[in-house]
Amino acid sequence: MAAGRPRTLFDKIWDSHVVERLPDGTCLLYIDRHLVHEVTSPQAFEGLRIAGRPVRRPDATFAVADHNVPTSDRSAGIAEPESRIQVETLEKNVADFGVPYFPLRDARQGIVHIVGPEQGISQPGMTIVCGDSHTSTHGALGALAFGIGTSEVEHVLATQTLLQKPARNMLVRVDGALPLGCTAKDIILAIIGRIGTAGGTGHVIEFAGEAIRALDMAGRMTVCNMSIEGGARAGLIAPDETTFAYIKGRPHAPQGEAWDRALAWWKSLPSDEGAAYDTTVVIDAATIVPLVTWGTSPEDVVAITGTVPDPASETTDARRAAKQRMIEYMGLTPGQRMQDLAVDVVFIGSCTNGRIEDIRAAAAVAKGRKVADGVRAMVVPGSGLVKEAAEAEGLDKVLLEAGFEWREAGCSMCLGMNPDQLKPGQRCASTSNRNFEGRQGPGGRTHLMSPAMAAAAAIAGRLADVRDLAR
Amino acid sequence: MQPFTTLTGIAAPLPLPNVDTDKIIPARFLKTILRTGLGKNLFDTLRFNADGSENADFVLNKEPYRRAEILVAGPNFGCGSSREHAPWALLDFGIRCVIAPDFADIFFNNCFKNGILPIRLPQAVCDALAADASLGPNARITVDLERQVVVRPNGDEIRFEVDAFRRHCLLNGLDDIGQTMAHAPKIDAFEERRRAEQPWL
Ligand code: SF4
Repeated sequence: MAAGRPRTLFDKIWDSHVVERLPDGTCLLYIDRHLVHEVTSPQAFEGLRIAGRPVRRPDATFAVADHNVPTSDRSAGIAEPESRIQVETLEKNVADFGVPYFPLRDARQGIVHIVGPEQGISQPGMTIVCGDSHTSTHGALGALAFGIGTSEVEHVLATQTLLQKPARNMLVRVDGALPLGCTAKDIILAIIGRIGTAGGTGHVIEFAGEAIRALDMAGRMTVCNMSIEGGARAGLIAPDETTFAYIKGRPHAPQGEAWDRALAWWKSLPSDEGAAYDTTVVIDAATIVPLVTWGTSPEDVVAITGTVPDPASETTDARRAAKQRMIEYMGLTPGQRMQDLAVDVVFIGSCTNGRIEDIRAAAAVAKGRKVADGVRAMVVPGSGLVKEAAEAEGLDKVLLEAGFEWREAGCSMCLGMNPDQLKPGQRCASTSNRNFEGRQGPGGRTHLMSPAMAAAAAIAGRLADVRDLAR
Repeated sequence: MQPFTTLTGIAAPLPLPNVDTDKIIPARFLKTILRTGLGKNLFDTLRFNADGSENADFVLNKEPYRRAEILVAGPNFGCGSSREHAPWALLDFGIRCVIAPDFADIFFNNCFKNGILPIRLPQAVCDALAADASLGPNARITVDLERQVVVRPNGDEIRFEVDAFRRHCLLNGLDDIGQTMAHAPKIDAFEERRRAEQPWL
């Protein structure tokens, strides 16, 4: 380890994975873990086949199908032919290339970014990639984790490396304690609202400060998950006792002497005192309130007590036009109260908020209450194991009694590649991460929020302030 | 990969900010196991009405832009998912160069892997190029990667920056894997050392 210049967590992970530095500064970076799903991998495996190349490290590669899978009864397989072909293609590829795979009806199946940490595959100090932009989730464990395209998936399969230029360091410090009724989701929405969807472009964001330290691992994953919505390819949180306690004993975690050695290394990873960041943003947690999005970009956040903004207040023509288009697409009027917006659908799940802690939060709000008439509310656990855990706690009963649907694990309505889609014009309170036009189904209108807020919307039949229900 | 040297073609203006990957190619078209055939669904929600008919107002539905090879786009183009289907759809439509004030990182990377040249130029320059692109059949712009210039219809040249390594790969149509394979002994040595020092990795 080079002495001298204080280094950030990112610098340390980067430096320890450089295989070779090319003259122009591009680095050949070693990749420790590669997660694979069915949508972005078929063309990569096909490329290997054509070139006659094997997978260099099947033991460092894990595959699972999540995007296309039905979240209803799976005993009859996948009805939709194209989805079925994609999953079957993955199954053939993992068999041909010897890659470990969690099959559809295995309890370990789930959303790739839920499965990695849950299985102990993702660990501090690692480089982790996946052909999926929300790979940033794994940064919550103190790993450098980022999404790649399919050509890069093929590159990693073949060489276990990637050609990369180092990113810039950005520090987002959230000081103080989070007010009651606010969650990790509100923290990250507040951050994106502040820096914008391109604010982190070219950077890796390190999240720090008292409010981040106070989060459990699920909350940290929610924050890192949406780094990409802030433009950053990766988000990082320094590993600490919370991290170590989370990893210990998981199926792929180091054991015995290896655990002790790993732990000693992990403890050396946090950023050095005085390490320099290219950009620093400081947020006072006390100023955070329960947030929702109103538009079709994740930066369009507003307090649940707020109103729809007026495009006329935008500074440039292009921005005015963009906001006007959003208002029309979302079926809104400037000045309208967010809490007056009636919802048709509520979606609780995704790699952002599909963990057991998220389901507990939703169930706590739902307990003893009823989903409003005419609202379809669905809860989709992030993995089969999350589902089992929730059922062991009786949360499924609480939710079912309240009128929520309780489904099988997968990406589901986060992106609507399976039958779980919004119909044109339907308004949805969603715990996912993207409110893009058509993201949850053509013409669908998405409002992003925390699981507790989404559950509150299901009960109220409109966007609602969870703090009012808590009283 | 097809090399990229010089391209002269119709440029289409699409100055919207934050054009995300779901706008470029919606998720429901990602079920293919091929790289080709996505061009017909490029910008699907912008290009087509709910009943499947063409939206006559959308630029790529107008002449001469149906034959556009260059896109002059707005800031933060390609934000959202890592789907390489986005550059595949552009390429399949016939677009080989996107000019914008800035791009989302993963999309930017993915372009180079597919023989598409993404060019970052200041907003004011993009505005001027978008105005050029609005000249209809005269909207022909030349992109010369060798000399790193964009040539406007009036003959003015605009210099652009591009990473030297990526420029080299594009000019020669080189794919990364073959080049990385040349470093295999270094990768072997790295793995050897790691197995001794950090066996759990
Ligand atoms: S849950 Fe949504 S964001 Fe996460 S991996 Fe699946 S589709 Fe992507």
